[in-house]
Amino acid sequence: MAQIMAVIIFLAMFLLIITEKLERHIVTLLCGLLTLVLVFGIGMRSMSAIVNTLNLKEIFTTGFWYVSGEASENSSGINWATIIFIAGMMVMVEGMERAGFFRWLCMRIAKLVHYKTISIFITFMIMSGILSMFIDSITVILFLAAVTVELAQLLKFNPVPMILSEIFCANLGGSATMCGDPPNIIIGTSLGYSFADFITNTGMMAGVSLILSILYFYLVYRKELSAGAVGIDTSAFPEPKEAIRDKKKFIISCVIFLCAVVMLVTHAQTGLTVAYIGLFIALVTLLTAWSDAWSLLKRLDYKTLLFFIGLFVVVGGLEQTGTLEVIANFIGQISGGNVKLMIAIIIWGSAIASAFIDNIPFAATMIPVIKSLAVTQGIDLSVLAWTLSMGTDIGGSATPIGASANVIGTAVAAKEGYPIGWGRYCRVMAPATIMVILITMIFIFLRYL
Amino acid sequence: MIISIGREFGSGGHEIAEMLAEHFSIKLYDKSLLQDIAQEKQIDGKELERYDEKPRNKFLTRSLYGYSQSMEENLANMQFEFIKKRAEKGESFVVVGRCAETILKNQPALVSIFVLGDWESKIDRVVRLYHLTREEAESFINRQDSKRKHYHNYYCKGKWGDSRNYDIAVNSSKLGEKLTADLLAEYILQRQQHFS
Repeated sequence: MAQIMAVIIFLAMFLLIITEKLERHIVTLLCGLLTLVLVFGIGMRSMSAIVNTLNLKEIFTTGFWYVSGEASENSSGINWATIIFIAGMMVMVEGMERAGFFRWLCMRIAKLVHYKTISIFITFMIMSGILSMFIDSITVILFLAAVTVELAQLLKFNPVPMILSEIFCANLGGSATMCGDPPNIIIGTSLGYSFADFITNTGMMAGVSLILSILYFYLVYRKELSAGAVGIDTSAFPEPKEAIRDKKKFIISCVIFLCAVVMLVTHAQTGLTVAYIGLFIALVTLLTAWSDAWSLLKRLDYKTLLFFIGLFVVVGGLEQTGTLEVIANFIGQISGGNVKLMIAIIIWGSAIASAFIDNIPFAATMIPVIKSLAVTQGIDLSVLAWTLSMGTDIGGSATPIGASANVIGTAVAAKEGYPIGWGRYCRVMAPATIMVILITMIFIFLRYL
Repeated sequence: MIISIGREFGSGGHEIAEMLAEHFSIKLYDKSLLQDIAQEKQIDGKELERYDEKPRNKFLTRSLYGYSQSMEENLANMQFEFIKKRAEKGESFVVVGRCAETILKNQPALVSIFVLGDWESKIDRVVRLYHLTREEAESFINRQDSKRKHYHNYYCKGKWGDSRNYDIAVNSSKLGEKLTADLLAEYILQRQQHFS
């Protein structure tokens, strides 16, 4: 009974998110509330299930902020570490944005390559991939796409190929690190993996894929981009330094960003958890921009944070009722204990699912599934974790609705009058996605099996 | 003077809008608006036409943080901004469709009109103008009106064609386009005198 209710609530949540009748945070919070009342309260009559899922005690433990030795696994209920980390990074990114960092960086790089279309195309893809390793891909694409349209109008080229390539590389960059994409943060904090674990595994796969993807997009778009106007006088173009709104704040935001990167890269050695890093970065940003602190906090995207909270409760409902174990057993059965087949099912299954539905709930749902699979089938959990991470992060690139970066990138283009329909998008992006998923699968087979 | 004209497909609303624009010697904004926008944004106006006055496909597009993937929605917003700016500058014009009766609601100079027509008259007109069979014309009218209704109702609280949203709703089949346009011109003049 409780299991059926948990599944119905979960499916209803997905449907309501897709229809956009209600804002997605309201959907997950309502469904979370229903899970607490109907699944845990009425169905299971279990107070401990509610306490476990709300997971508030976790915040008050030392291990939540500082870990000595190996990080522990924790995939039950609300993942507060993810929420605090994302909130902290949001405050930092807002501070960087206000200082004019992103626009400055884009304009600086464009100037460095002498406003040559093909050079901008390649450097922006690399920049998109690298920035997305540390900053959420939505912010990266929001600025890159806007500057790309601006440069396209100045240099008379079609910005669509460049925006699509940037979107793909942003999703790819996000898959390289623990903090690059929400599914990775959830996977990392739930299963106790560090930044170094991600960069040496998914990072390697993303690195190889990035090189091949740049080559792919270059071959696909080189003719279209070379057709731009020649002999344009670039002396009147906006100067990169004009993008900096406040020099002092700009320097401070750069230093904070570098600190965040260093703290993330070394967190396995220092023992500081991502929750600690998120909170620390947010506090430093707020203290150094004291006069703007309130407006920075007001700009915090609390809707996304509430979306996560509700989502974790709904997934907790599936977990506590044992529904996810059923799915894990099903995958185990159809693969007949064949590890390669299991990896293929997880990577292609999560890629296809993420191409059409939100990859965050999908990843959150799949974590207990892979944990269960690792135990029942005797497979190394980390291999399944990297498989799930790459499948969910990369699969989203295949369709215009598959990932947030795709929605924002294509929306910025549409707002400026450059429509990107499904046909135009999928013609180039779906083959690129299939290519990267294939590369990743072969990489996993060769390296881990 | 700002005249907004909503219309059923085949009612001759567009023709009436042209007559009113000519009568008052003011600009007419219809599809031509796309060219103005295209020029402003340095983009291809022809490409925009296929997204004009169409509802957003909710199944195939998403919106996030106030950004919408739907070209239909973005184009609609561009047009709303365009006519709003023109109205704020004090320009006089006739605008066909584009939710103008709602978008320009706060403009004191706005006269909002909805033109409808008898079913048979609309079919006759569409058969004549588009060289279609009666059955083809019927389905064409239904399709076009459905698009306009969904487009309008997506952006506006008031329903498309509901007389409560317009200053005047008129059936053009009773007097024909010319006499209906004359009647409306007289009404607009009276409104102007009343307004001044």
